[in-house]
Amino acid sequence: MKVSGAEIVVESLKKEGVTHIFGYPGGVVLNLFDYLYDAKDIKLLLTRHEQGATHMADGYARSTGRVGVALVTSGPGATNTVTGIATAAMDSIPIVVLTGQVPTMLIGNDAFQEADIVGITRPCTKYNYLVKNIDDLADTIREAFHIASTGRPGPVLIDLPRDISSGMANFNWPEKVQIRSYNPTVEGNRKMIEKAVEEISKSKKPVIIAGGGVILSGASEELKELAEFTQVPVTTTLMGIGSFPSTHHLSLGMPGMHGTYYANMAIQNSDLIVAIGMRFDDRVTGKISAFAPNATIVHIDIDPTSIRKNVHVDVPIVGDCKNVLKTLNQIVKAGKQPQWTEIRKSWLKQLDDWKELRPLCYKYSDTVIKPQYVIEKLYEATGGDAIITTEVGQNQMWAAQFFKFDKPRTFLSSGGLGTMGYGFPAAIGAQVANPGKTVIDIAGDGSIQMNIQELATAVIYELPVKVAILNNRYLGMVRQWQELFFKERYSHSHLNTVPDFVKVAEAYSAVGLRAEKPSEVEPVIREALKTNKTVFMDFVIDWKEKVFPMVPAGAAIDQMMFDDEEVPKKETKKLKAIK
Amino acid sequence: MRHTISVQVENKFGVLSRVAGLFSGRGYNIESISVGETIDPKISVMTIVTSGENQIVEQINKQLNKLIDVIKVQDLFDVDHVEREMVLVKIAPPQEQKAEVLRLAEIFRGRVVDSSLKTYTIEITGDEKKIEAFLELVKPMGVKEFVRSGKIAIAREKTKS
Repeated sequence: MKVSGAEIVVESLKKEGVTHIFGYPGGVVLNLFDYLYDAKDIKLLLTRHEQGATHMADGYARSTGRVGVALVTSGPGATNTVTGIATAAMDSIPIVVLTGQVPTMLIGNDAFQEADIVGITRPCTKYNYLVKNIDDLADTIREAFHIASTGRPGPVLIDLPRDISSGMANFNWPEKVQIRSYNPTVEGNRKMIEKAVEEISKSKKPVIIAGGGVILSGASEELKELAEFTQVPVTTTLMGIGSFPSTHHLSLGMPGMHGTYYANMAIQNSDLIVAIGMRFDDRVTGKISAFAPNATIVHIDIDPTSIRKNVHVDVPIVGDCKNVLKTLNQIVKAGKQPQWTEIRKSWLKQLDDWKELRPLCYKYSDTVIKPQYVIEKLYEATGGDAIITTEVGQNQMWAAQFFKFDKPRTFLSSGGLGTMGYGFPAAIGAQVANPGKTVIDIAGDGSIQMNIQELATAVIYELPVKVAILNNRYLGMVRQWQELFFKERYSHSHLNTVPDFVKVAEAYSAVGLRAEKPSEVEPVIREALKTNKTVFMDFVIDWKEKVFPMVPAGAAIDQMMFDDEEVPKKETKKLKAIK
Repeated sequence: MRHTISVQVENKFGVLSRVAGLFSGRGYNIESISVGETIDPKISVMTIVTSGENQIVEQINKQLNKLIDVIKVQDLFDVDHVEREMVLVKIAPPQEQKAEVLRLAEIFRGRVVDSSLKTYTIEITGDEKKIEAFLELVKPMGVKEFVRSGKIAIAREKTKS
């Protein structure tokens, strides 16, 4: 029996276990929307912008590990998804974006709302398709989900011309996917893993750098096992936050440009780096030629192109982090046992000294709200049991530094692309996937305005997302750079006090709260967490506050700048060292 | 270093732009690229000539492999192989050099594939050096235009196992 293309699409999505689609209708996808009108077991959430839809699908995926799905129309609908797709691509997030396209016979004619979205998204998708034959439809969707979710995950786009979704065909769901040219290596080479074990046993000053790959492959337990068994300290990159408990005594926090003093010192002074599911991004390495000068580097990654792209690697291991770590742990445990605690003693002592010397800290004030204080209070109020999303800039770095994450998939942030406007829709997507869980977007007053229209989506679907706006009336990170490197010439980074976020929230029937004094911070947070509604918390913070430590662009990561106003540690009321 | 890379790809819509886009997007050099069907019509082979430091060429090989439509990547740098290129040269020699052009074509085992009152179009096949040597020799004799095919290459079969 022949069924419509729209039916094939939606039923295929169901076969893939999709329960939620984030979307926005338009001319050439009306058949799909019509079929979705009374489809069961699958819900479409209407967003207010297609970029929002892709970030929601992304937040949904990051918080669950399942593939997020967005559905939009052709032309501007499709081009609006580009930032969301590029965000997902840079951070290896599995999403499938379905775009409408003008009918096949009109493609290339500059038809109304036509855009060559397959061409446009070629460099920012893992793969993309233009479906030209309705008989390929089910196979294409099956393949798309397979490609998005396996190997190094990433976004896949499927362009669906109108005559494909309105056409008729038999629906044959392929049970298997076989793509001869796509076979990611998941098992690591055993010889190399043995070599890695040898290096770990031999090393006096090792450090593990864990990245987003640990979270994507679900290897947190294996990572913890390795770190604890061999007594190796762990630093987690921005994307790796949550892969290893921040509160663990072996945790060094985040490395890199705004990393902790002790993580950066550990890397620079190490004799062995075990890099797991991370790609030596420039924000992590700083000046490449001065990076970890004395370290042997073991690099585990599923993507061969990540290995030796930026740094020289001595022991390359291509494979899925979880598989590789499992094997590695087995070999470690089966082999000769050095006195792990003994051989690491002086190194761990050194790290403790560094932690003591320069903990993450800030100067508390009674009169003006410090952003770090807000984040600490959020941590206290939630007991750390929350999904935190961030925007990009100072808010992102403070969240990464001062909130503590003990579980994977609880810190969602645009690391690679650095997309302002990501956090709020991502929080909405995460809330859809995790009803009942506290989801908080830590935002800046600049970033939140980049997708503020999604307030409507949150309110209409009764999603109790909380947004903590660290409102410094500036594009804070830009201002910080201008202060430090551009002689305090604040060119176009001042936003003034526009808009009134409390009123904006109220205009959308959400709750708006404001704190202007430190004493108001905690009550505002408590009230926000108590209500079951979408809440904007407007924290009017000290505009002068900067993110420290800071490695200036192009410097080695042990060349850190610190806040001059920072008081010596004994006088610090708020001592932020991770114990 | 110059490398000739032979890439087997799915003969699909858009593959060429995926490969070309990889080179332009990541700033890799592409000196020539030639594409054609293989014995299996579902597979095409692209012969790409590129250059760069070792680390870059290693990345090029890996990045090509990472493309979903790429079935196999073979860098022929360290592989014994045969390579050929073709050039079509249109020459309008002065009357007194007409014979010389034909003689050169013969020396290079070229063929005259078209001629008019004023011009000869000569086809030369060979490795890059041969093509360049020929072009160098005929340059002063009134070359009007030439078109090069880009290099194609194939690994030599081992004579002993």
